[in-house]
Amino acid sequence: MTLIKVLFYLLGFIAIASALYVAGSKNLMRSIFMFFVTLFALAGLYVLSLADFVAVTQIVIYVGGILVLILFAFMLSGRETLNTIQDTENKLISLTKLPAIILAVLFFVVMVKVLYSTHPDSLNWIQQSVKSGNAIQPETKLIDNIGINLMTKYLLPFESISILLLLALVGAAHLSRKEQQA
Amino acid sequence: MITLSDFLIISAALFCIGLYIILAKRNAIQILIGIELMLNAAILNLVAFGKYDKINNGGQVFALFAIVLAAATTAVALAIILNVYRRYNTIDPGKVNNLGD
Repeated sequence: MTLIKVLFYLLGFIAIASALYVAGSKNLMRSIFMFFVTLFALAGLYVLSLADFVAVTQIVIYVGGILVLILFAFMLSGRETLNTIQDTENKLISLTKLPAIILAVLFFVVMVKVLYSTHPDSLNWIQQSVKSGNAIQPETKLIDNIGINLMTKYLLPFESISILLLLALVGAAHLSRKEQQA
Repeated sequence: MITLSDFLIISAALFCIGLYIILAKRNAIQILIGIELMLNAAILNLVAFGKYDKINNGGQVFALFAIVLAAATTAVALAIILNVYRRYNTIDPGKVNNLGD
């Protein structure tokens, strides 16, 4: 059991446990802050998968942007959101949530079954890329390659996603503006 | 060495937790968190497979695009949630049952 394996299992455990806490918590504030922990553990998993640039982007955009937006919406929508949670929690919990639990567990079983019947580690192209040295090694310098690829091979998706982001931000600003008298 | 299927199992578990949150919760913000969790599971898959592509970096580049898309989605969704709250005084999606006019 090497150190990297231990770190992987630790981070995976933290990610899944905090996600379960998000799912089960009765307190919306706590579940939002546990979602922080999930995102950080996922960033650690990206690092273990040798994608450090994606991990940094995950921290900057998710933790710095999306989570702050979620907290902002939570603060603006007031006490009412807390009350609705408490109301649903007081009723029969198992009866209303049983279908969701069953569906999620069955979906998980199906996905694990598919995963084990495909043997992802012995897929053809993955074997080939390991053999031809195309797999990323821990000492590979990758960020300059990502930058070059982003500006050459993936330029069209890059530009279209920037236009989409601009549209979404303008749309969000338009939607959240105060309504005129009409 | 960490195998590919370890990453895929963690990602499948996160996806199913997100699915459960979306189905069981009665609060639009929590449903949004569930969607983000499912998106993160998908990004974890992209990154795990992207490890085997050193030259083109397809997985990692599209993981970056997915993160940016998630940001755009969240901005619009939160604007919609705030509007719904202003109009109905609740963000329970089950109670929002009128059209705009």
